[in-house]
Amino acid sequence: MINSHDILETINMIDNENLDVRTITMGISLLDCIDSDIDRACDKIYDKICRYAKDLVKTGEDISRDFGIPIIHKRIAVTPIALIAAACPTKSPIKFAKILDKASKTVGVNFVGGYSSLVHKGFAPGDYALIESIPEALAVTDNVCSSVNIGSTRAGINMDAVAKMGRIIKETAEQTKDKDCIGAAKLVVFCNAPEDNPFMAGAFHGTGEPDCVINVGVSGPGVVRAALAKAGDCNITEVADIVKRTAFKITRAGQLVAQEASRRLCVPFGIVDLSLAPTPAVGDSVAYILEEMGLEQCGAHGTTACLALLNDAVKKGGTMASSHVGGLSGAFIPVTEDAGMIEAARSKSLSIVKLEAMTAVCSVGLDMIVIPGDTDPDVISGIIADEAAIGMVNSKTTAVRLIPAIGKNVGEELSFGGLLGGGPVMEVNTKSPSRLIARGGRIPAPLQSLKN
Amino acid sequence: MRAVITVIGQDNVGILAKVSNVCADAGANIIEVTQSVLQGMFAMIMFIDIDKLTAPYSELADRLVALGDALGLKVHVMHEDIFNAMHRI
Repeated sequence: MINSHDILETINMIDNENLDVRTITMGISLLDCIDSDIDRACDKIYDKICRYAKDLVKTGEDISRDFGIPIIHKRIAVTPIALIAAACPTKSPIKFAKILDKASKTVGVNFVGGYSSLVHKGFAPGDYALIESIPEALAVTDNVCSSVNIGSTRAGINMDAVAKMGRIIKETAEQTKDKDCIGAAKLVVFCNAPEDNPFMAGAFHGTGEPDCVINVGVSGPGVVRAALAKAGDCNITEVADIVKRTAFKITRAGQLVAQEASRRLCVPFGIVDLSLAPTPAVGDSVAYILEEMGLEQCGAHGTTACLALLNDAVKKGGTMASSHVGGLSGAFIPVTEDAGMIEAARSKSLSIVKLEAMTAVCSVGLDMIVIPGDTDPDVISGIIADEAAIGMVNSKTTAVRLIPAIGKNVGEELSFGGLLGGGPVMEVNTKSPSRLIARGGRIPAPLQSLKN
Repeated sequence: MRAVITVIGQDNVGILAKVSNVCADAGANIIEVTQSVLQGMFAMIMFIDIDKLTAPYSELADRLVALGDALGLKVHVMHEDIFNAMHRI
């Protein structure tokens, strides 16, 4: 029998602590849409997405209403488009971006991920053209998200791709400079990209995935923070236990939603991604959790230790709550999407250097960081290489989502609005890594890749 | 199948009656009610059977939330599975 304490606790989590299921993401394979005629391929893609996802948004809303738990996003991830574009080498892949955008609007989802390319070991047909088209693709579409995987623990780091992506990020920002450079906020550069990640902008539907699948991303930083606040000045072991217990409850809600969505849509359930995903709403911040653990402000010495504990405890609590765990699964630290991180960046408590250290122990990487608009593309490539090295050596996913604020410098701010938030331009080290980046080639896979 | 209705807010005359009326109109059988008033704050938790509803579940939920809005109360209508999932292993 459910007792009233449990019921009121859940209601309080939803009403006052921003408990929600962040996203139901439908993964759709487009491999059967490959066609040497790009128009025919686009027709097949549009038809397939509209057919598979026609009830996605409504089902998400129904589940949200039945269980009384908010489900914020309904999204789609597709097969990396470079694989589809490889069959039409003479045509620009922009058409694919436009058709994905059109399909996303028809079915009513707010993002579609998968304008992507996997080049961690080298470029295959389709990859060059797709990567070169990213700036335009993100400028002429509203809902399309793009990602490029440039490294992995098994393959090493493709430094030619790293060099290219520094320039592509800059160009993407340039082409959307009249919209606060928002294009760059929809572009992620990965090392060890997961094939089943439900979170944008890095979601794509890997080639090892089934034809169609439902992945769910949970959230709930506000709930974790409130639980820690109630506990007061307890021992740090107790803090870890509280996070675990809270993560368990949050994830069980996600698991229920995932199973229900899978049943109602007649689509297999893939994974639950155990992530603490912040939003700019006050009270929904990962930085505030770290501060609740005892830091004056996020970025202070001790931040990395707190984040390591948080990330680990979220996984431990969540793993038991879900039958299949996957995606990124950990705490996110996107600066512009987290009220506490924004404040810490404004007050200079939080720097890119500190964020880089934090990415060694959290789930993703340098995420949603606004940098000066005149940053040299090679410096961006250097940041990507560093971040990829952390992911490669630690056998974990790392990512870079930087937004060069064209025409702006340190002290100024960008504002995207909505869940992407906004934030101050952060200082980067401008010393040049150009000679390193110009070398090209591939950083060999580390010894830890030899596991067989 | 059962759903849980919670009503929280300033105490007033007839809250329980009005909620029960909406349930009866939709064919929802009330299984259990716990209610308390502490320092003028009303908190009620009601379990209802939703197997024999005469109106769609979503309509019942909408009506109850609308009733809450009219009375200045916070009303939640949630399937009991969410609580079982979160609080029971």
